[in-house]
Amino acid sequence: MSDLDSISSTLLAQAAAADNLDAIEAVRVKALGKQSEIAALMKTLGGMSPDERQRQAPLIQGLRTRVADAIAARKDVLEAAALDARLASERLDMTLPVATAPQGSIHPVSQVMDELAEIFADLGFAVATGPEIEDDWHNFTALNIPESHPARAMHDTFYLDDPEQMTGDWLGLFKPDTRKVLRTHTSPVQIRTMLKQPPPIRIIAPGRTYRSDSDATHTPMFHQVEGLVIDRGIHMGHLKWTLETFVKAFFERDDIVLRLRPSYFPFTEPSAEVDVGYTRDKAGRRVIGGAEPDGWMEILGSGMVHPKVIAACGLDPAEWQGFAFGCGIDRLAMLKYGMDDLRAFFDGDLRWLRHYGFASLDVPTLSGGVGA
Amino acid sequence: MKFTLSWLRDHLDTSASLDGIVGALTRIGLEVEGVENPAEKLGAFTIARVLTAERHPQADKLQVLSVDTGAGEPVQVVCGAPNARAGLVGVFGAPGTYVPGSDLTLKVAAIRGVESKGMMCSMRELQLSDAHEGIIELAEDAPVGTAFADFAGLNDPVIDVAITPNRQDCMGVRGIARDLAAAGLGTLKPLDVPVIAGGFPCPVEIRTDDPAGCPAFHGRVVRGVVNGASPEWLAKRLTAVGQRPISVLVDITNYVMLDHGRPLHVYDVAKLEGALVARKARAGEQVEALNGKTYALAETMTVIADDAAVHDIGGIMGGEHSGVTEATTDVLIECAYFDPEGIARTGQALGLASDARTRFERGVDPAFLHQGLAIATRLVLDLAGGEASAAVVAGTAPVIERTIHFDPALTARLGGLAVPADRQAAILKRLGFAVAESSDGHSLSVTTPSWRRDVEGAADLVEEVIRIEGIDAIPSVPLPRAEGVAVPTATPAQLLERRVRRAAASRGLNEAVTWSFLSESEAAAFGGGAWTLANPISEELKVMRPSLLPGLLAAARRNADRGASEIRLFEIGRRYAADAEHPTLGFVLVGDRSARDWRQGKATGFDAHDARAEAVALLAAAGAPADRLQVMAAVSGVYHPGRSASLRLGAKTVLAEFGELHPATLKAFGLAGPVMAGEIFLDAIPGKRASGRMRPAYAPPALQPVTRDFAFLIAADRPADDLVRAVRGADKAAIVDARLFDMFTGTGVPEGEKSLAVEVVLQPSDKSFTESDLTAIAGRIVKAAEKVGARLRG
Repeated sequence: MSDLDSISSTLLAQAAAADNLDAIEAVRVKALGKQSEIAALMKTLGGMSPDERQRQAPLIQGLRTRVADAIAARKDVLEAAALDARLASERLDMTLPVATAPQGSIHPVSQVMDELAEIFADLGFAVATGPEIEDDWHNFTALNIPESHPARAMHDTFYLDDPEQMTGDWLGLFKPDTRKVLRTHTSPVQIRTMLKQPPPIRIIAPGRTYRSDSDATHTPMFHQVEGLVIDRGIHMGHLKWTLETFVKAFFERDDIVLRLRPSYFPFTEPSAEVDVGYTRDKAGRRVIGGAEPDGWMEILGSGMVHPKVIAACGLDPAEWQGFAFGCGIDRLAMLKYGMDDLRAFFDGDLRWLRHYGFASLDVPTLSGGVGA
Repeated sequence: MKFTLSWLRDHLDTSASLDGIVGALTRIGLEVEGVENPAEKLGAFTIARVLTAERHPQADKLQVLSVDTGAGEPVQVVCGAPNARAGLVGVFGAPGTYVPGSDLTLKVAAIRGVESKGMMCSMRELQLSDAHEGIIELAEDAPVGTAFADFAGLNDPVIDVAITPNRQDCMGVRGIARDLAAAGLGTLKPLDVPVIAGGFPCPVEIRTDDPAGCPAFHGRVVRGVVNGASPEWLAKRLTAVGQRPISVLVDITNYVMLDHGRPLHVYDVAKLEGALVARKARAGEQVEALNGKTYALAETMTVIADDAAVHDIGGIMGGEHSGVTEATTDVLIECAYFDPEGIARTGQALGLASDARTRFERGVDPAFLHQGLAIATRLVLDLAGGEASAAVVAGTAPVIERTIHFDPALTARLGGLAVPADRQAAILKRLGFAVAESSDGHSLSVTTPSWRRDVEGAADLVEEVIRIEGIDAIPSVPLPRAEGVAVPTATPAQLLERRVRRAAASRGLNEAVTWSFLSESEAAAFGGGAWTLANPISEELKVMRPSLLPGLLAAARRNADRGASEIRLFEIGRRYAADAEHPTLGFVLVGDRSARDWRQGKATGFDAHDARAEAVALLAAAGAPADRLQVMAAVSGVYHPGRSASLRLGAKTVLAEFGELHPATLKAFGLAGPVMAGEIFLDAIPGKRASGRMRPAYAPPALQPVTRDFAFLIAADRPADDLVRAVRGADKAAIVDARLFDMFTGTGVPEGEKSLAVEVVLQPSDKSFTESDLTAIAGRIVKAAEKVGARLRG
């Protein structure tokens, strides 16, 4: 065995034997440092003849490289082992509870209003609003409900005392010498829209409405959505299609059957109430839809806008005609999402709000479906 | 309005089934709300004869009957009725039959040791009346073994229809029959109006002194009547439709009202003095009505009175004093026409509802007074006997027969249903309209019948045609799509509301919807409301809310009472002020911001900074110009004066108020503090100027920003934001941000002062800052800080 072989095997054995980073560093200094045998061998190259140097240099360089590589490899292994050991001591209990963001929610009434706006936007309907404190001209008279009309009494109207000083917006909103009421329906928005905006008109008007009525199925405040189309050549066939399209889109089913029944509203002529067919699920709950309904539920009132109403808004009923409909939003929500108690809508019970409410990101869109 | 199938068949000759009739009613606008056949629940009861009746061996009051049920061997029945006896024909229920009046199902049982296989029934047990003194006794020849319901004529379904306010003509069975006939469900039978000459002049003078309120007053006297109980057929019909039989004379008025929609009234002639006159009530007059209540009358109200007193609130309710009784021998029948508007006003003013008012205020047929009186007189003579006087006719009822120019093409143009013109004419004729060709050759000249005052124009005729033809037959026609690019259909204000709502929910707030009205005391705690209900449903719901917080606080309190410990509620709705309705977002934070937890230990409660964080975040979501907002004192006194603030644009425009609520506010709502709250005044937020969708060109700064920290000493009560704003404004070109990152009082800081540390971000533009640049900027910062009373900490 030559000297070089001997040095090599000794140093490689020492490197392999090093069992921590300090030891391998000591091996490195001893094997490759200035005082090392390899360094001494390197120095001998200068004193050699060119021929001999040409022969010995690769051998000595090879030895140096071999040993350096072995030490580096050993060092990598030891470093990896040290890292493993450190990480092994750094465990966290990942089952410990983490702080969660509080769970907010959107009220079903707001969600349904957004759904309606989305569905009707697709049909070209804008969203209109009007005051909740109304005068009896807009709420009744202009809608062909004169003072002594039985329908006025049927509306269970809340009347308001005028405030001592009425300023600002109100002055422009109210007709002079009218009695102020809480609007009993969203229909006065029809009047305000027709007075303000030339036809063609396509609007929906969702909002709060009020009637002096309170029992298991009625609350003194509730929500309605009004629809109005005024144009040339609009007839009941358009009304029927619009309602079918709306109801199917809202309940997200194609197999919904509507039943129109002749009815009476002072502000439409002809008038129709609309029933929607329901079927029963396994729990016996009524579910809207089904090609062969088990029964009917009334969901909205509708009709062709009465010529007197069109005339009251300064339009010529011979030129402009159209349809209107009105529907309870709370009821729509109940039928779609299965709440059974209207009163709970207005209680603010966090448990109920979280159970029936919607996540903030559940924005109704046509592409994503209008339900959440 | 309820009626029975047999009653309908008095007027309608039809072969249609019950289902056919019910379906047609709803289809033509007379919505069926219910159909009930009394026979269905009594179907199992049969007629049976008692063969023998013997004393029960163990009980004095019981008998053991042997009953022939018509099926096989006689059946042994134990019976406690005193009238049970051999030979009696009655009603038998076999074991297994449900007895509706007792709510039990019969079974074979031993009664005091004797087996009983069924029951002989009383009227009450079958829910036919309250009689329970004995078992039912039928005629001797009643067919044993057959169904009792058939024998008793109970197999007569009761149909309940909802009549819309425009259809007074259908508040009588005949009107409903007419509509059904028009819809092809049979033929309307001719009406047989009796002719009664009258044997003597009417002994009571009848006139109307109020031709506006009571344009026509027909009447006559029938003398020598016997006012006993109604015959069975009449009592049964009235009972079936929910009308309690009273006496034959009263029952006749109710019957004619239900049959023809024609209200009547009957007076006991013996209780009248002098002429019976329709007139306006006089100041101070009052009357005790048949419902036992006394009504004070106003001079606008039409009454029927004699020389002595008011006897009738005309067209609404008769008086107690002159009503008929068993002792009545001479009766005056009133058949009058009252002005619908007058009736409506009087009825509303008195708060008095009645079947007569419902009909008169909708407008009864003004051409049916002679007939109504004749039909009623005939019934009185037939059922109560006596002799009729001549009829008196005072005044004239205003018969309105409008002639409408009607283009049949309108039915397609408005109703969306193509119906041939001759078919339309036939429908209208069947409904009682007179139809003639118009002079122009294609239109029709349609005259309304006297009972259809609701039909005023061509649109009403379209409704008549399509409701009879069938609304379901109208084909759906798609609404034409608006041409061009879809534009946003929501207004900027609506979009803002939507964004803020979803932002609030994403921050962990739960949206509530609370009443728009509240109690006076709740409103008072928030400065009082501008609008008060004249007729509130309760004192709790009386004043339109001046703020959204009362409703939310009440909801928070309910949640706290249910044990909720983290309450974050918000609402978006309107406040009702003296100048306008203001869309507003309100929020309340009650209890723990974060629950106790393994890292932080104890739970931490909300503080006023949390309220500010919500307000700032929601305003940012609303697109309010956050960098221009100033923190100023709150305006409203409902907040803790030292822990509240407002965010404003300029000095006057308040966009939001928030903070910890004043203890006095909490007390008014029964809440334990502290409670954080805030309101965002959505309509005060300036709208964004429309500037198209294009963004400005993207030009990030080429050089890295530099940060420098400064520590200042400043008076402890000076708002930190004063310093931060001063620093931020010290060099508008270089300083892009300044942020407070430390606040300290105590060791090293003089008494009455605090140390504030501010990180300033400097942005070089075209070349890097030199040391002298930075020194100059620092100098400007220190100088600006000194202007607000701060000095650089050494």
